[in-house]
Amino acid sequence: MISLHVNGKLHRVDASPDTPLLWVLRDNLKLTGTKFGCGEGLCGACTVLVDDAPQRSCSISVSEVQDKRITTIEGIPAGHPVKKSWIAQEVSQCGYCQPGQVVSAVALLKQHPKPTEVQIDQAMAGNICRCGSYQRIRKAIHAAAGKGSKGGAS
Amino acid sequence: MSEEQQLSRRDFLKSGAALGGGLVIACHVPLLGPAWGAERASFAPNAFLRVASDGTTTVIVGKSEMGQGVYTALPMLVAEELACDWRKVRVEAAPVAPAYNHTTFGLMVTGGSSSVWSEWERLSTAGATAREMLVLAAAQSWQVQPGSCRAENGAVLGPAGQRLRYGELAARAAHLPTPPKVALKDPKDYTILGKPVHRIDSPAKIAGSALFGIDVQVPGMLTAVIARPPVFGATLKSMDATRSRQLPGVRQVVAVPAGVAVVADGFWAAKRGRDLLETVWDEGAGSGLSTPGMRQEYARLAATPGLVARSEGAADAALSAAAKLLQAEYEVPYLSHSPMETLNCFVDLKPDRCLIRTGSQFQTVDRGAAARAAGLKPEQVTLETTLLGGGFGRRANPASDFVIEAVQVAKAVQHPVKVVWTREDDIKGGYYRPMWYDRISAGLNDGKLTSWKHTIVGQSIMTGTSFESALVKNGIDDTSVEGAADLPYPVPNLQVELHSTKNVVPTLWWRSVGHSHTAFVVESFLDEVAHALGKDPYRYRQELLAGHPRHLGVLNEAARLAGWGAPLPAGHALGIAVHESFKSFVAQVAEVSLDRSGTLLVHRVCCAVDCGRIVNPDTIAAQMESGIAFGLSAALYGAITLKNGRVEQSNFDSYPVLRLDAMPKVEVSIIKSAEKPGGVGETGVPPIAPAVANALFAAVGARVRTLPMTRERIAAAREKV
Repeated sequence: MISLHVNGKLHRVDASPDTPLLWVLRDNLKLTGTKFGCGEGLCGACTVLVDDAPQRSCSISVSEVQDKRITTIEGIPAGHPVKKSWIAQEVSQCGYCQPGQVVSAVALLKQHPKPTEVQIDQAMAGNICRCGSYQRIRKAIHAAAGKGSKGGAS
Repeated sequence: MSEEQQLSRRDFLKSGAALGGGLVIACHVPLLGPAWGAERASFAPNAFLRVASDGTTTVIVGKSEMGQGVYTALPMLVAEELACDWRKVRVEAAPVAPAYNHTTFGLMVTGGSSSVWSEWERLSTAGATAREMLVLAAAQSWQVQPGSCRAENGAVLGPAGQRLRYGELAARAAHLPTPPKVALKDPKDYTILGKPVHRIDSPAKIAGSALFGIDVQVPGMLTAVIARPPVFGATLKSMDATRSRQLPGVRQVVAVPAGVAVVADGFWAAKRGRDLLETVWDEGAGSGLSTPGMRQEYARLAATPGLVARSEGAADAALSAAAKLLQAEYEVPYLSHSPMETLNCFVDLKPDRCLIRTGSQFQTVDRGAAARAAGLKPEQVTLETTLLGGGFGRRANPASDFVIEAVQVAKAVQHPVKVVWTREDDIKGGYYRPMWYDRISAGLNDGKLTSWKHTIVGQSIMTGTSFESALVKNGIDDTSVEGAADLPYPVPNLQVELHSTKNVVPTLWWRSVGHSHTAFVVESFLDEVAHALGKDPYRYRQELLAGHPRHLGVLNEAARLAGWGAPLPAGHALGIAVHESFKSFVAQVAEVSLDRSGTLLVHRVCCAVDCGRIVNPDTIAAQMESGIAFGLSAALYGAITLKNGRVEQSNFDSYPVLRLDAMPKVEVSIIKSAEKPGGVGETGVPPIAPAVANALFAAVGARVRTLPMTRERIAAAREKV
């Protein structure tokens, strides 16, 4: 049995220690907001916070995070500025990647409350969106940070 | 609705409630037909909506939500005519039933960028019918003429200031006969359509509670991952599953037509079990396929006469007589759809029935295929449509591959099971946008384009499917030549020919289908013609499109937005393209430059769209941004290639897609139009590749005619200049 602190709760799960955190969250804890996209840490759909740092839960084993605080999309309050901004800026299309995007943005704003375009590029380029919501993601991050939007690759 | 359908619908609603949390809204009252008489507590005048006694209006949507916004746009059509309170509108996925068949295509399908145009009248009428019945119910209760009452924001107002909310009227309205004919609103009275409305599905998606197929969880359910053949068409010779079976959590290893399914308690055990499997395959003829060899064969065919898709004047003779001849070869590769949610399908198979939960774009076909695989009748199969984590055409497969294999696994293991594809399975799994090779020539005389010959070589998507007879005419698959055979530019001598090649690589429609390739070829080559004539590419199109006002409208608007002709930063240049597809017109101007390493940067895209009458302008803008991003992934990075029959790409490292740091700034302008509605889901894709290629030419004088426009290809094209 492995002990996990997820969204402020202690869980005891029966999983092999090398199981990626992603599959323990999804299959054991039924927290399906964290998504599977690539299994190789290439797309960011599975991003969660581990002690406030964004991590690809598909590429980190559950035994590595036993003593850490894990926050998934479900653990970020509905009133969080990032979640509100995502809805206000109408970011989602298919929505599948958005939990990962939101978690990455939450981590970014925690580290850089007023991020520059380059900081946004660096923090968010690891999260793929096939619907192409990137322009709105950028805008939503600026709005959540209380700034206007510029946008565009330059 | 027949009794049988009513029953299956009730089952659906019950299980819908069990899904919980997601967008499928639990229903407390079954959808009631007239037979239910006095029991009814809500008003359900037709298959598309019901009004509950608390005023909640549920719109039952027969189209799949895959990001394009149908769960908002289609309810808007209903709500406009129903005059209900938009804040009380809920959405529910429709069951598979004839009532939800596509009004033109005749089966349940979401595709062809057709949801708004095909549903406009049907859903408007559904809403108007309900409104009239609610008005009549109010008039009867007040004993006044219905004509003296009006409906507004979820209530009926009477002549003496009376007011009854829809919820209060639902029970009475449910007893009224359906009016045979209803009047629809004058567009000038619209209060919802044409204005930006927030998406109904966003909050659940941001909360993480929205239910996609991959999220389906049922107590005791198993998860399967399939070892698939390394080569298309290969068959299993032998396997050794000893090590897989020893793995904790692995329950069964079974051979199925799709490969070998490792079935386990959860995904991770199934995936690890698959990795430990030893398989030997009979590879068949497919192992002889390699991209360079295929290219050679396509190039050879392109120089020979094909089937004629369009012919005007005498193109061959005019080309030989032309004062100046331009000739070029264009190439585009196979492409994977790669939706963020990999393919998956949940199946619970019982001796006399089957429940399927998946993100399907093609419910009637998938249900029929599942029934055949299960040995059941279609009506014994319940298919529940979840949200789709992207579709792009991949989830509307005439072959129903991901549904059939899941039924076969369920049949083999006799247990509810969800088959999940890994990203590698998805990228290597076929059903690609075809690889195309185009040879194109233009004859110029006295400063004019007088002849044009375009020969297209590639696989037919529709041949071999059940849609062949409807969509392939005289050997010409319309999806192979769309966007080329209907060239809008006036050329007196015009010939478009097609060679449909055959091989084992499965192909499928990919967002914008044939247009994804023809627009690149036609709009790039027209740019070559403009430059050869010494004309400005925008002004030249303007001149040629004088007889095409909607093309011209978007062309001028995109050029205006971009400030065509105004000075740009050093090294930057603009390119333009315009294309009609799916009953809409889109023009895009791309601003590009090369960085110091020679990599193409796309800084800005100005996009004008004329899609006729509009529903939700913000969704239209979002779909243009989306089409541009999707098209840029293909224009800059995307290629599926084969070596000895094996797909060389496997995940987002070898099959890169656009990321946030490469996303251009996109500006969208929607042309105000009273024309019939057109599509927006796909129409943003076709113009972007040629707009970027044309901008690249304007920037550095090198023409890249093969996608993707990698640094190496650009460098090679520059060396030729």
